[in-house]
Amino acid sequence: MNEVESVDEPALEIRRLRIEAAGRGTATTIVSSLDLSLAAGETVGIVGESGSGKSMTARAVVGLLPPSVFVSRGEIRYGGRSLLELTERQWRRIRGSELGFVMQDPFTMLNPVRKCGRVIEESLPDAGRGTSRRQRRAESIERLAEVGITDEAVADRYPFQLSGGMRQRVAIAAAIASEPQVLIADEPSTALDVTTQRDILLLLKKLQAARGMGLVLITHDLRVAFAMCDRVYVLYAGHLVEAAAAAELESTPMHPYTHGLLISEPPVDRRVAELTGIPGAVPVPDDVAGRCAFEPRCAWSTPTCRNGTPPLTEVAPRHLSACTRVREIHGEMAHPRSRMRLAEPLPPARPPSGGPLVRGRDVRKVFDGRRDQAPALAGVSFEIGYGESVGLVGESGSGKTTLARSLVGLERITSGELVVDGVAVSAGSRLDARDRRRLSHTVQMVFQDPYSSLNPMRTIGSALKEVVRLHDPSATDPSARVAELLESVGLPAELAQRKPVILSGGQRQRVAIARALAVRPKLLVFDEPLSALDMSAQAQVLNLLTRLHRDRGIGYLFITHDLAMVRQIVDRVYVLYRGDIVESGPVDEVLARPADQYTKKLIESIPRPTGTWLT
Amino acid sequence: MSVRSTAFLLFKRLVAACLLLAVISLAVFSLVYLSPGSAEQILAGGKGSIPPEQLQRLRAEHHLDEPLLTQYWIWVKDAVTLDFGQSIQTALPVTDELGARLRVSLFLGGYAFVLTTVAGVLLGLFAALRRNSILDRAIVASTLVGLSAPAFATALLLLYAFAILVPVFPAFGQGTDFLDTLWHLTLPALALATSSTAFLVKHTRTAMLGVLDQDHVVFARARGLSITTVLFRYVGRNALIPITTISALTFIQFVVGAVLVEVAFSLQGIGSLLVQAVAAKDVPMVQGVVMLVAVIVIAANLVADLFSMAVDPRVRLGGRAA
Repeated sequence: MNEVESVDEPALEIRRLRIEAAGRGTATTIVSSLDLSLAAGETVGIVGESGSGKSMTARAVVGLLPPSVFVSRGEIRYGGRSLLELTERQWRRIRGSELGFVMQDPFTMLNPVRKCGRVIEESLPDAGRGTSRRQRRAESIERLAEVGITDEAVADRYPFQLSGGMRQRVAIAAAIASEPQVLIADEPSTALDVTTQRDILLLLKKLQAARGMGLVLITHDLRVAFAMCDRVYVLYAGHLVEAAAAAELESTPMHPYTHGLLISEPPVDRRVAELTGIPGAVPVPDDVAGRCAFEPRCAWSTPTCRNGTPPLTEVAPRHLSACTRVREIHGEMAHPRSRMRLAEPLPPARPPSGGPLVRGRDVRKVFDGRRDQAPALAGVSFEIGYGESVGLVGESGSGKTTLARSLVGLERITSGELVVDGVAVSAGSRLDARDRRRLSHTVQMVFQDPYSSLNPMRTIGSALKEVVRLHDPSATDPSARVAELLESVGLPAELAQRKPVILSGGQRQRVAIARALAVRPKLLVFDEPLSALDMSAQAQVLNLLTRLHRDRGIGYLFITHDLAMVRQIVDRVYVLYRGDIVESGPVDEVLARPADQYTKKLIESIPRPTGTWLT
Repeated sequence: MSVRSTAFLLFKRLVAACLLLAVISLAVFSLVYLSPGSAEQILAGGKGSIPPEQLQRLRAEHHLDEPLLTQYWIWVKDAVTLDFGQSIQTALPVTDELGARLRVSLFLGGYAFVLTTVAGVLLGLFAALRRNSILDRAIVASTLVGLSAPAFATALLLLYAFAILVPVFPAFGQGTDFLDTLWHLTLPALALATSSTAFLVKHTRTAMLGVLDQDHVVFARARGLSITTVLFRYVGRNALIPITTISALTFIQFVVGAVLVEVAFSLQGIGSLLVQAVAAKDVPMVQGVVMLVAVIVIAANLVADLFSMAVDPRVRLGGRAA
């Protein structure tokens, strides 16, 4: 992984690629200039946050940009040919058999009305022409076995009958059925559970080695890129800002953005007092045209950074950076990485006064019409004390969201006992208006997707004011309270007049948190509050949560599949697997000395740049 | 899904259809009693007093002396054997009239349905594939005209253009053999199909665009499948799903709701029969027509559901993630 291959004749080469989207009258830039080369059998990573242009780059390489998005300049060469000049007929000889392409979402990538076996058959060289139906079927079963699906019945299943990981395997099998020389994988594991993510990445690595295939891996996760790739390209707002061998990029980043990404990643092995996020949000490429794209967020920016787009220069052997000040700030960048403070030891859990805030006893939930299936919750017992921060960890289908929804009264449990601040949310008893009110004053929920949890038609202020009025009709000055709420989550009070559309994902999530805080709850339930956010925004929101918890003594129930994240925020953790709590205890203890097999597997699955993660 | 469970589902649907028909038949039977005037008056089709011997005959013929439920039972037994009694207007069996009318209406409805489906799907497909081109814009613009053109206006326009100015099609009549009927019913079918075609074009175009933008189409092309293959295998079938769901309604509307077109072309169809029968207070005829319409509606919906089960495995297999 450390060696950089000699690049004589790259298999795939991108030069000065510029991608634009045609709009009304004007064109918007998606990628302003990108250079990339891939040697035969090599793995390169393209790393970037949302809006960096990485997915469009991938689609440009296979000639499948969406309508109205086009390559306006540059060159893409494969095997000595310029791909951009190909006709549709010529493209067909390249796609699938020379360049394979796997997309992010296994739930939408496969035709819902086509059996998996047929998807693979139609992807075989020449679509399996000249072979019998039985031969093709045998071939497709063989291809499924290659991606680790040994159950022949899968060939006769429709995609919606399979899990996300299985679908992604089928998609990979189809993508490489014609034995392409290069596979372009756009976030192939992002939509999957941690444990599945690791399996899929391992599979890609294995297939690549077996076939000597080149791999372009597009990801937002630096850890994944470091573990998988020989070389990594860092993309920011449509600009290539840094490119180097993976190990070198990790040890000595030569661009403030890469550096910022590295330090905003929460460490897996310890809890830090504060994560160092990158302030602000990713701009659109046209707003930072003609200057360094990262300058507005850069701690080392000077006026010279605004004079023209900095060129990509070789700052060390085979290490490219687009920072003009890299020689001056190089030493400083190395510094704060080692400076990340360890958090002071956790204060001992407060003795619960008058019992816990939330107590669940043998909570079961079976969804109607699914009585034949395993219950969503198979009798779990748990407690959350006043002001305590508790994590609930598990993969999709483990029942963690069901549990959270039951807590806030959105779901009624089938049996068992669930008491929240003296209100019984148990089965059979319908909550009356008073109890419902009391419950919503005690517990509030923050949802995963800040883009769909805010009404786009209303101003942020009116969304917050509504909650303030609802829960405190006697409030004399709701506007002042709204301003106070916005400030408490680190947003300017002026935002109250604006609509959510102007906000970035991180800002939206702050508004959602402010809305939950409006009722002064005793417990906040977070359902994957960070997974829809960019890396730099994740650190910011995580810091905010830590501060609120410390200053206000609000308890948290933090639902996530990300163990590194959970370590930074909770005191105790419950591990949920298929509707059952398999392990619980102080977070440090559980992470350091997991007792349960499943917990062990989860911990092994945390992406790690090096070591034994992908072996 | 096995053959057995499909058969079971079909059986369930058939039972449900029968129950629905039973409820409708009760309402239809009650028409005699719900209409103003006594049952005898209604069945005699006239106003004022009825001579005693005719009254006696009517009471015996329609079993009016029996208890209500028995009357209903007798009526249902007759209805099942397709006997709805005699028309008050013509004194001929209702069933004979229905049979003659149904032939015309089904032909006209089927013809218009084929026209709508073929033209609607093809034009919608072209518009979606050549999105924002001149062709697309022209198609979208003409759907607006088509949608806002009432069927009787289209009928008159077609009559004037193709039966009077350029007399290539007959102005009235319904033909004898198949080809003759086809020739006679072309203009009515066109008039009937215009606005539905426009609707289907819009619907298909939207459905196609939805599918074309989807990941699985991009992924199929990324595996080297040709656009034609992708179109037929992926886009076509997926876009068919939302189209099937509206096709039953369209067909029913063509068969049953073609009154104005029937009148314009002097066709003897179901729609005009219902209007005539209601106007003449011909209760047995109304009962017959309403029952027939109910059967058509239920059957068309059942066929559409079966078809969408065949096309969409998610419907067939109770689509949910495993």
